Amino acid sequence: MKSSRRKFMKASIAAAGTLVLSSATRPFDVLLMASDPPPEEGPWWGIAIDITKCIGCGLCARGCKVENDVPEEPFYFRTWVEQYTVLNNGEVKIESPNGGIDGFKHSVPEEEIFKTFFVPKMCNQCSKSPCTQVCPVGATFESPDGVALVDEKYCIGCGYCVQACPYGCRYFHPEKKVADKCTLCYHRLKKGLDPACMEVCPTKARIYGNLRDRDSEIVNFLREHDYQVLKPHLNTGSKLYYNGLSAEIS
Amino acid sequence: MEDHTQHLYEMLSKVEGYVYPNEIELQWGILIVLYPYLTGLVAGAFILASLERVFKIKVLGPTYQLALITALSFLIVAPFTLISHLGQPLRAYEIMITPNGTSAMAIFGFIYLWYLLAVLNLEIWLDYRRDFVIWAKEKKGIMRGVYKVLSLGTKDISPKAVKLDDRLGYIITVIGIPSAFLLHGYVGFIFGSIKANPWWSTVLMPVIFIFSAMVSGIALIMVLYMAVSFIRKVKIDMACLDTIAKYLFYMLILDFTLESLDQVHRIYEAEESFDILHMLVNGRLNITLFIFQIFSGMIIPMISIGIIQVFKVREQVRKIIYLVTGILVLVGIFFMRWNVVIGGQLFSKGFHGFTNFKLGLVGSEGLFMAIMWMILPFVILAFLLWLLPPWKKQEVT
Repeated sequence: MKSSRRKFMKASIAAAGTLVLSSATRPFDVLLMASDPPPEEGPWWGIAIDITKCIGCGLCARGCKVENDVPEEPFYFRTWVEQYTVLNNGEVKIESPNGGIDGFKHSVPEEEIFKTFFVPKMCNQCSKSPCTQVCPVGATFESPDGVALVDEKYCIGCGYCVQACPYGCRYFHPEKKVADKCTLCYHRLKKGLDPACMEVCPTKARIYGNLRDRDSEIVNFLREHDYQVLKPHLNTGSKLYYNGLSAEIS
Repeated sequence: MEDHTQHLYEMLSKVEGYVYPNEIELQWGILIVLYPYLTGLVAGAFILASLERVFKIKVLGPTYQLALITALSFLIVAPFTLISHLGQPLRAYEIMITPNGTSAMAIFGFIYLWYLLAVLNLEIWLDYRRDFVIWAKEKKGIMRGVYKVLSLGTKDISPKAVKLDDRLGYIITVIGIPSAFLLHGYVGFIFGSIKANPWWSTVLMPVIFIFSAMVSGIALIMVLYMAVSFIRKVKIDMACLDTIAKYLFYMLILDFTLESLDQVHRIYEAEESFDILHMLVNGRLNITLFIFQIFSGMIIPMISIGIIQVFKVREQVRKIIYLVTGILVLVGIFFMRWNVVIGGQLFSKGFHGFTNFKLGLVGSEGLFMAIMWMILPFVILAFLLWLLPPWKKQEVT
């Protein structure tokens, strides 16, 4: 009995040693974040949202659905708007009826409100995106200019990316049976047009731009405002920067 | 599609607090609960078999082949739950052709095939090769042909050849033990590595999955051994059954300790997600977690088998206790998988509210389908036990 245990231990140690040695040829590379370092040339897109400017009209969410054929039902959004209402007693109420497409109504008596504001949400276009990392077949990938995209002809529809996105920005397309998400209107971007949500925003609460261009609108915006990203502790490399991001927002 | 939309509206009406709109629908349903459940049974059954083979616990002999064949039966079915859940099942092969190196899920196909072909099939084949040759000689008609095919044309059953089979089988079992850990540990890693989800994201997840797998696999073989003996009308080898129960007891203690450690750590640290998880376990998961998983699935079995370890209990009573606790453990581990998979999707990743899950009866993700996937391994097992009856194997003299 003792000798068989010893043999087992020896065999196990040998197997573990082989694994360690073989991984030394490319140490830990396979386990590291999905994203390769960004290419040094070309644009590197980022987004800035000014919460203080959003009026909660919901045109962005509506425009996105029309432009991108997002299913109409209130369970599928590439972008949506949330209304945060902080009550006098410190309680926080968050609402997003139909993603804000139909606008918002006060659901709390005015005298009980400490403060209220709207928060537009969309894909954070993370540079170390968890969704890209977990996709088993590489159907979700990052474009050279920093936009996370899904190849719908390649996606197997496992839903792992939807689970991995900390921001709830992905959904499973009920007709295409694949994962779907904001593409920053990549088809428009390539033609020099603004993403639909930004084009229709009446207050210019959302802007996008090349983070490498020091004179771009977005870089100037970031220079002039105190910005923050959502869930910074998750280290997703989010490229969606918020101005006026209150502590209640998640 | 319309039914589905209606179902989602119903779920929307039951949302508590605020969840991101894309979170109302759960991505992973009962099929994804079944997958870790089935692979856990495979890994656990294999580990029990290896106790006999590698660690020379000879008293477990009567269940050695049963455990291996059970593992194979469940392993054959396991991937179908995954593939049938996919939005695009016909593209499933892409995971083998173009796996994404950074995805925990991408190695599924390779680990699965390795385990199926290089470990289980090979070990069973080596164990049965001599019998295939003998049976091919003894049988007539089609069965003779079947066993000839199964023997892959080998004929040598000299003591030297049989010894070589035994030696190779031993080596494969040694390789099989870490492989079984890998098979199930990686399933745990699929959940444990999702940093977006604090209910899943724990470094202990793969370890907990491995130990819970051993618990469920041992319980399954314990119940199956009793059932098969009953059907065959043969006497149960009580020394074997008592030993299986003893190992089940040890594994239950280890599993319970690990899961408790995970929860105690979570409670003590009380991070950002604590409040929502606290509400989750006391609300939507309280019955499946506290009653099925912990109380009836762990504590009752631990106490009942524990009593048998300390006091003398009559054989008949022991059998009843083993049968009942075995079933309770199997139900408990099913709900452990349920609580991980479903529980992890019930709360919003924004930590401000809960969505709902209602299991439908029909459809590819419904209860009937799940029951079918659960029955299928037993049908395969019955067939394999007929084809490869362990009790008809001839002792090597």
